[in-house]
Amino acid sequence: MPVGGGSRSEERRSRRYRRDARWSPYAFIAPFFLFFAAFGLFPLLYTGWASLHNVSLHDPTHMEWAGLHNFSRLVEDEFFWNALRNTVTIGVISTVPQLAMALGLAHLLNYRLRGSMFFRVVMLTPYATSVAAATLVFALLFGRDYGMINWGLGLAGFDHVDWENGTWTSQIAVSSIVIWRWTGYNTLIYLAAMQAVPHDLYESASIDGASRWQQFLHVTIPSLRPTILFTVVVSTIGATQLFGEPLLFGGSQTGGGSHQYQTLGLYLYEQGWFNFHLGRASAIAWTMFLILLVIGLANWLIARRLHSSRSR
Amino acid sequence: MLETRTAGHRTPATPTGATPGGREPGRNGRGSGSSAPNRKRAGTAGRQLHAGRITYAVLTLFTLGSLFPLVWTAVAASRNNQRLAETPPPFWFGGNLFSNMSTAWNDANMGKALLNTVVVAGTVALSTVVFATLAGYAFAKLRFRAKNALLLLVIGTMMVPPQLSVVPLYMAVAKLEWANQLQAVILPMMVSAFGVFFMRQYLVNALPTELIEAARVDGAHSLRVVWHVVFPIARPAMAVLGMLTFVMAWNEFFWPVIALTQDNPTVQVALTGLGRGYIPDESVIMAGAFLGTLPLLVAFALFGKQIVGGIMQGAVKG
Repeated sequence: MPVGGGSRSEERRSRRYRRDARWSPYAFIAPFFLFFAAFGLFPLLYTGWASLHNVSLHDPTHMEWAGLHNFSRLVEDEFFWNALRNTVTIGVISTVPQLAMALGLAHLLNYRLRGSMFFRVVMLTPYATSVAAATLVFALLFGRDYGMINWGLGLAGFDHVDWENGTWTSQIAVSSIVIWRWTGYNTLIYLAAMQAVPHDLYESASIDGASRWQQFLHVTIPSLRPTILFTVVVSTIGATQLFGEPLLFGGSQTGGGSHQYQTLGLYLYEQGWFNFHLGRASAIAWTMFLILLVIGLANWLIARRLHSSRSR
Repeated sequence: MLETRTAGHRTPATPTGATPGGREPGRNGRGSGSSAPNRKRAGTAGRQLHAGRITYAVLTLFTLGSLFPLVWTAVAASRNNQRLAETPPPFWFGGNLFSNMSTAWNDANMGKALLNTVVVAGTVALSTVVFATLAGYAFAKLRFRAKNALLLLVIGTMMVPPQLSVVPLYMAVAKLEWANQLQAVILPMMVSAFGVFFMRQYLVNALPTELIEAARVDGAHSLRVVWHVVFPIARPAMAVLGMLTFVMAWNEFFWPVIALTQDNPTVQVALTGLGRGYIPDESVIMAGAFLGTLPLLVAFALFGKQIVGGIMQGAVKG
């Protein structure tokens, strides 16, 4: 390496160094934002644009202006309201027991346990099972004539239940798939949060003579409030998009003979890919997005209230 | 608002992590001696009580509940269609597992589906990990304009459901004539907001800022810093994120079902075909479900501990 004339090359090097320090952060985040723009943001906006057009599945690049027609049709369509109702019901009966059980299980796993890692891993295995595989098994277990659940009910002296054809029964069956797949996952989230609760809180509670159950109610739950809110939001988002479970439970996009467990996601699929109305499918997608925005806003408001009530 | 809830487990990696070959085996971000004070505070918090018999009983019950549908998938897959239409249902394995699996393999295209899914999930996991580590590092340790606003945007994107991009993606695929091709499924999944956030949370604590500064003072180009400092320290988190992403991509459902057909399916597409009456034999359907789940179950048996750790580490306040 030549030593003479170093100042110029040094200057060049330091300029390059500064440029590198200044621009490299943008280079590092660029891939994420480029992909997000191309496959997240642009499609999101374009779906909104497509929802204002008539678009046929057979010629998806040809769009015809329709104004708000797709949305007004939606409002008049009883199947839309049916799907919305089903989505809400299934969402509630899958989320509430799931999170309640997860909370209780996390509390148990938080004790000093032998084989604690074994329990955690096993409870997470349903998470590794795909929606499709899980639903196919559950559809068999819930079978009317030869399903194991009806066999068990029969042993206990009950009549066979026609799970798939009833409204409530089919929605409970679909929800049970969601519950089975996600309880373990949420348990781990709660467990992580519980382990971060400072020990002194429990100590002072037990000095005050609080029982285990009282400690759970008055120390654990309040400390977990932000996490609980977080899991409620995540589960709600998941419930709004529910698709694979109702599609494969009966194997049809109608969600049962009388649409008794057709969710919004399934309704979107039916409109777009079986009735060939991509514009209408877009309108359903955007309606789902608006619902999620409302949920997000509600979450934000609740979180803010929680925050201000705690700092008071 | 953004700090993790498991701060105690986040051992700041010691500088030895940066020297290649200087890392002891089995280190997975939980470190050993150096974190003793931290551990004492968070590791024992709320765990002071020993579990009673009822606790074990309840946990065992839920363990059985978690495993039963999976075991029964194998049981049903090892029987035949006639036996599944009898009362009582079978509780133990029969002898048809391999013949049913080979029927699923050949007639439901499960062989090709598994291969395709390995390609898709592998590519997606690799690209997600690399891009998430780069962006996570920038958000954790570098200074640039609008950083906080951009990070909020990343978190906000986690809320956008896949249904919102399906119609435009379908139009694009139709225009590019990519229907039934794997890149149509891979490209939209190449990055993940969760991944960026996950890596950011890890690196904030695990990567000592002085280490980056020292490397910079030595005149290292930023890519060299990434390669020689960031990646070695981020490795445990990258491995966990890779596994989580692989599971997620393996199980991706909605878009592949729309973009692909039974001629060139992923596992989920092939299982959808089975579920929709492609083959009306329940035991073969179960064999397909079993085949499509088995690789992930094996991965869980091997890396379950790390995956559990990763999910608990990623548990963050909203």
